[in-house]
Amino acid sequence: MADEADKINGAETAPGQQRDKPAPPGYFEGESMTRRRVFTIAAQGLGGVAGAAIILPAVGFAVAPIFHRGKERWEAVGPLDDFVEDTYRQVVFTETEGIGDAGKTTAYIRKGSPQFDEDPNSFVAVSNRCVHLGCPVRFVEAAGNFICPCHGGVYDFQGKRIGGPPVRPLDQFQTRVRGGQVEVGPRYSVTSQLEPVRARDPGEFTGGIWEYLYPPRPSTFPAP
Amino acid sequence: MPKISLPKIPDKVVPAPLRKPAKPGSTDAKGQAPQDLKSAPPERQTHVQKLTDQAKEAPVDVLAWVDQRTGASGFLTGMLYRKVPKGTNWFYTLGSATLFAFIVQAVTGVFLAMFYTPSATQAYASISHINNEVPLGALVHGMHKWGSSVMVILIFLHMGRTFFFGAYKYPRELNWVIGVVLLILTMTMAFTGYLLPFDQRSFWASIVGININGTGPVVGPYLSDFLRAGPELGATTLSRFYAIHMLLVPGAIIALIGAHMYLVVKLGTTAPPWVKAEKPKVAAPVAQLDAGVESNGHRGNGSAPTA
Repeated sequence: MADEADKINGAETAPGQQRDKPAPPGYFEGESMTRRRVFTIAAQGLGGVAGAAIILPAVGFAVAPIFHRGKERWEAVGPLDDFVEDTYRQVVFTETEGIGDAGKTTAYIRKGSPQFDEDPNSFVAVSNRCVHLGCPVRFVEAAGNFICPCHGGVYDFQGKRIGGPPVRPLDQFQTRVRGGQVEVGPRYSVTSQLEPVRARDPGEFTGGIWEYLYPPRPSTFPAP
Repeated sequence: MPKISLPKIPDKVVPAPLRKPAKPGSTDAKGQAPQDLKSAPPERQTHVQKLTDQAKEAPVDVLAWVDQRTGASGFLTGMLYRKVPKGTNWFYTLGSATLFAFIVQAVTGVFLAMFYTPSATQAYASISHINNEVPLGALVHGMHKWGSSVMVILIFLHMGRTFFFGAYKYPRELNWVIGVVLLILTMTMAFTGYLLPFDQRSFWASIVGININGTGPVVGPYLSDFLRAGPELGATTLSRFYAIHMLLVPGAIIALIGAHMYLVVKLGTTAPPWVKAEKPKVAAPVAQLDAGVESNGHRGNGSAPTA
């Protein structure tokens, strides 16, 4: 490497050419690098290592929650008789622990209906989180629709979008029966055909190519 | 606009290192001793007079001591007495106004932090405490809350001024880029600060804001998880927003404001677009000189043709 410093210090000289400066301390014939250059590289390298030792753990600390999946949480919301197939019953349960009321969420639960090819012994739990931007929707019994107050999203009885800006049907929660009680579990999203996929945030399309444009996050639970 | 002439600050008041440098050729009585030294030389002064003079000189002496060790006066006179172009007007104060709004936010923010608890279960109660029980708490909180809107409005007006006056052009492009980063950081401050009171409006506005972030393809979902510190808005979301709001972004803003202002002083400001450049009186562009010599019969005139 014939860089500028080498030329000045005379580490590399063209044959037959006199070096016009005295050799620097420590110079020996045939050296490939000046002492100054070795120290420069070493100091910068050490500085880089020290910087990385601070920055990398700090950044990792900040982004770690992306890859962390919490414990699966199931909560009993009422006996089997509480729920019917032709209308929803509103339940409130804790989705995120440790922040009091702010961690609670609302689901609308009904029994599976043969009208929609559902198992009559199963329960459907529809999330009240609008999939447009996350406002709370309300089930309007007279219309049989879910209606969002923020930007006018409308969903039909099954939670499929029938109007407004939402991009997919309403999310659902896994359900199971334990000891005569209906329990709700992790959230999952559905495609426009109501096929379960991993939970997506509001505003994100599901199904088809959208599964790649809005990839599933490691922090969510696998779809049922 | 009527011209207002401000009274000049007498030179006696300004410490010597900070005095405006005299214009060349304007000095009179060069090399002459000041009048009071002639009429009352030091050897004729009384003890009290000497002490009074020393006391008068003390602030200047302190400044001189600092100046000798920092060389700050050269920098300060260069910065404070720098030339500004003709036509400089009130629109040029928008940047300083934005800076003032930031200082208000920084100062009130420090005092709010003395009472605020960044915990999901106590944040709302601590804000209520500030507003209802702390003396002047509602005022300081109000200044911070409304001041944030003021800062966002001012930074946009400042950007508009820069854009419409063409002040982003060479050689000030880098300052425009720094300004855009400052705009983004200011919006980040507004967004993260909105959650901190943790009332219904904060909560839902932050959910909507995070979900808008999440609609970005491919990286959006991960960005949402990063902002929330998990799949749902939870206990750590508030601490995270708090840390971004009062540690991470303010530091970056202060550093970038320093760079922004350094470049303003270094490059100078632009004249407004309606101020035409004065035509040169003596020197003319080389092309004109050539043309003049070739065709205008000025050959052998000996003086450059006036443009």
